[in-house]
Amino acid sequence: MDYFKEADVVVIGGGIVGTAILRELSKYQLRSILVEKEPDLAIGTTKANSAICHAGFDAPVGSMKAQTNVRGNELYHELAEDLQLDIKWCGSYVVATTDEEVKSLDVLLERGQKNGVPGLKIISGDELRKEEPNLTTAKAALWAPTAGVMWPFGCAIAFAQCAVQNGAEVIRDCTVTGFVKENGAVTAVTTSKGTIKTRFVINAAGVYADVIAKLAGDDSFTITPRKGEYILFDKTAGADLVYGIVFPCPTKTSKGILVCTTTHGNTFIGPNAQDQDSREDNEVTTPGMNEIIAGARKLVPNLPMGAAITEFAGLRAVSSTGDFVLGETKVPGFFNAAGTQSPGLSSAPAIAEQLVAALERTTKPFAYKEKFNGKLPVKKAFIRMNAAEKTAAIKKDSRFGRVICRCETVTEGEIVAAIHEPCGALTVDGVKRRTRAGMGRCQGGFCGPRVVQILSRELQIPVPQVLKERQHSELYYAKFPVKEGK
Amino acid sequence: MSELYDVVIVGGGPAGLSAAYSAYKNGAKKILVLERDRELGGILQQCIHNGFGLHHFKEELTGPGYAGRCIGLIKDKPEVETRVDTMVLEVHEDKTVLAVSPTKGIYTVQGKTVILTMGCRERTRGAIRTPGGRPAGIFTAGAAQRMVNMEGYLPGKKIVILGSGDIGLIMARRMSLEGCKVMADIEICPFSNGLTRNIVQCLNDYNIPLYLAHTITRIHGKDRVTGVTVAKVDNKMQPIPGTEFDIECDTLLLSVGLIPENELSRSLGIKLHRLTNGPIVDQHRETSLPGFYAAGNVVHVHDLVDFVSDEAEIAGKFAALDAQGKLPAVQHDVAVEAVNGVRTCVPQHLSLPEGGEGARLFMRVSAPARKVTLEIKQGDEVLLSRMLPVVKPSEMIAVEVPAAITAKMTGSSVTVGLKQKEA
Amino acid sequence: MATEKRVMNCIMCPMGCELTVTLDGGKFVSVTGNTCPRGAKYAQDEVTAPKRMLTSTVRIKGGFLPLLPVVSKTVMPKGKVLEAARALRSVEVQAPVKAGDVVVADILGTGVDIIASRNMAAKN
Repeated sequence: MDYFKEADVVVIGGGIVGTAILRELSKYQLRSILVEKEPDLAIGTTKANSAICHAGFDAPVGSMKAQTNVRGNELYHELAEDLQLDIKWCGSYVVATTDEEVKSLDVLLERGQKNGVPGLKIISGDELRKEEPNLTTAKAALWAPTAGVMWPFGCAIAFAQCAVQNGAEVIRDCTVTGFVKENGAVTAVTTSKGTIKTRFVINAAGVYADVIAKLAGDDSFTITPRKGEYILFDKTAGADLVYGIVFPCPTKTSKGILVCTTTHGNTFIGPNAQDQDSREDNEVTTPGMNEIIAGARKLVPNLPMGAAITEFAGLRAVSSTGDFVLGETKVPGFFNAAGTQSPGLSSAPAIAEQLVAALERTTKPFAYKEKFNGKLPVKKAFIRMNAAEKTAAIKKDSRFGRVICRCETVTEGEIVAAIHEPCGALTVDGVKRRTRAGMGRCQGGFCGPRVVQILSRELQIPVPQVLKERQHSELYYAKFPVKEGK
Repeated sequence: MSELYDVVIVGGGPAGLSAAYSAYKNGAKKILVLERDRELGGILQQCIHNGFGLHHFKEELTGPGYAGRCIGLIKDKPEVETRVDTMVLEVHEDKTVLAVSPTKGIYTVQGKTVILTMGCRERTRGAIRTPGGRPAGIFTAGAAQRMVNMEGYLPGKKIVILGSGDIGLIMARRMSLEGCKVMADIEICPFSNGLTRNIVQCLNDYNIPLYLAHTITRIHGKDRVTGVTVAKVDNKMQPIPGTEFDIECDTLLLSVGLIPENELSRSLGIKLHRLTNGPIVDQHRETSLPGFYAAGNVVHVHDLVDFVSDEAEIAGKFAALDAQGKLPAVQHDVAVEAVNGVRTCVPQHLSLPEGGEGARLFMRVSAPARKVTLEIKQGDEVLLSRMLPVVKPSEMIAVEVPAAITAKMTGSSVTVGLKQKEA
Repeated sequence: MATEKRVMNCIMCPMGCELTVTLDGGKFVSVTGNTCPRGAKYAQDEVTAPKRMLTSTVRIKGGFLPLLPVVSKTVMPKGKVLEAARALRSVEVQAPVKAGDVVVADILGTGVDIIASRNMAAKN
């Protein structure tokens, strides 16, 4: 049989969990390949979530969620610098606005302490307002100093780039269609690009994880997509909102509608929680937006709604088991990293450790690569450079002197670099998530067409072939009839 | 030491160019215009339609034609230097301006005065919170206009337009002329927000239905837009259940308003007006920060570029005089308050020298009305009144107030409003 | 013969005056509501032979930009506008071009020239 590729491990899914696993695998002497069905990494749940590195007091004591969250948080603290993960370690508050909620903070505190979360403390409303003056309704809060706000796509891409620089491979636009088994064990993965021979498969397929598992013969769990909607505000609105992460007291289905200011200074509110059948429907809805506005107003009564710049929704992958589904299955060679709803983002690096350990349990321990390089080359956004760095960057490449996105001050030099870097941007949204061009208040109104033209030039494809995000998301048509060559 | 200019102008669109020309005419010897795009002229270069210039140049011009005129006025004037492909990153209270370009790198220039002429940007889907997915095929009308008119690409083939601002209407005709099918224009207000002439020649001429008091309640499509759901709205602009209908389309163009681009003004601490979203200015178009002037769409969104030029000439003149130390001595300050059906008035206050000074007021009304009287009053005393056959929120009203009238403004404020109808 | 009144908005300038045209047996008699002679002419044309300006773009070879905006030198018959726009899609000119240069003379035999709206330098 002719194989498209041969590997030791195939990771299915290029979200935060899949990329974290690929990076972990790249420490070992293994041929690892990640396959992603979309034209870019991190465009499922990873692109639309609360972006929080949770401290770890939410999940039930002893659960995989609790274990991996606390460990994951610790790992992000270690990885942040080497991978330039752009995490704002601001800590988080759970805010109680009624006497009943004040009591419930004790439950969270106790659970957090049992989970091993360091530094938890209950503070009064007045103490809280010294840091977050707009929380006028708060009576008390649980302070978790280890929480942070992340940049999830940047993080997934950094994981993938680190893996690639250590020999792993990422294949995009590659949909898994089935598995080849011998004696009940998985021996190859069939994909839209060809068959990949492999010893192990790790399923990190997000909201499709149960579908993939079923294809492999594992029907031990199902996934219910749970939609969460968000509203994002312009940076200028931040002063009226919050500096860091503010949760309400949690409900049964979610951590509630929070108010949070990102690493780049945009405040957002959300998410709500709506179970649904569709694994694709990430539409924002009027009732959903109304729900999150009402929810956020309980924390910040004066929301500057006029400063909203975008709304989006993401799908959490909620498993029927109530916990993450991690590790070995009844199908030899097939492993799950599934059901990774919140705190999946926070847990990802710890999930990766768990999965490597699970693989090793079925064989012998893997040998380390002697020259594993855990550091990514330093890449600083133009806007964050000092004057001397800016001058040097422009001197080296004059395109750093041409600002393409005015709202976020992103230069042509950065966009070109984002296209050509490992696992580089192939789409307009890919450029946006790597550079922030189009993330600002005008939402790409000014830079969008320019980014399309830069992509067209750098990828050497006609403008009408440039995609927004997924296959079939072409943006423009040719205006003039294309002249046939004579 | 950074190079010193009498006047540094941020933005080389019609406002910046007109301000530069006026500053030159009024004695400024060293004027610098900084423009971020690859050429001067601003958004006019993509507004290829005609209808510009009748008022200011006494001739009907296209957008590029108007831009060409403005550029022609300053070209070959050694007093005026222009730099394109140059982004202003910061402006400081001491009137230093930090700019960047591929050829000059990062550098600072020093102005004796600064004129802010950054124009405006389009409101987005996010600002109006339209429900639905996030497929390709949703564009602001201006962004689409640039691709169609300057780069040679179409945003789609079957178009729905949300909002009836002028850019949306102009794009309805443009897309029709490019062989696309424009299915409908949807406007949430019970009246159009564009010029009447554009309703006639851009929608009616092409049999494009205009749905007033309707809005889009859902955008369909996962990868590319496949259609929209439209519903009628009640008088609180809320969709009325049961009135929904679907329109198939592959493209949604948004023409839902413009927002003055005041990030630099804001970071300078210049006071902005709550309703215009632009700097609060006096009749010289001087902002709350001495020596900083502003004109055009950055102050308030205009509907006619001619008025932008008029306003920019005022700003250019007084910035030039200021730089030469020739500003008339201010005797007292008079607030101009918009009342009774007048929503906004620019300038918001007058810095009057002894004997008064002629001033040009630009106003917008809150709602359409016919046969109204506009009055400028000091207390109960009517200082100036003007009969207007028709007023609309979309059409700015310009009134010249002679020096003899402003000389009578001895109190601390005057009002501009529509005369209340007799009970 | 029956007289008829038609109300329309003038499109000759942004004022958009509301015009009332009096017709007798379909023939133009008079107009009120206009503030300038251009309005009177527009009203008369609109009820007899409506005319419009046409603006569009053509491709330009070797230009600083890929497209050249163009405009009809005068108004042209409204019924010919779409066809003229279609015809312009296959026109290509060579840079440099000056504002006012004729791009297509006498388009579709209307007697109206299509001219360049702006200068377009050659690409350096």
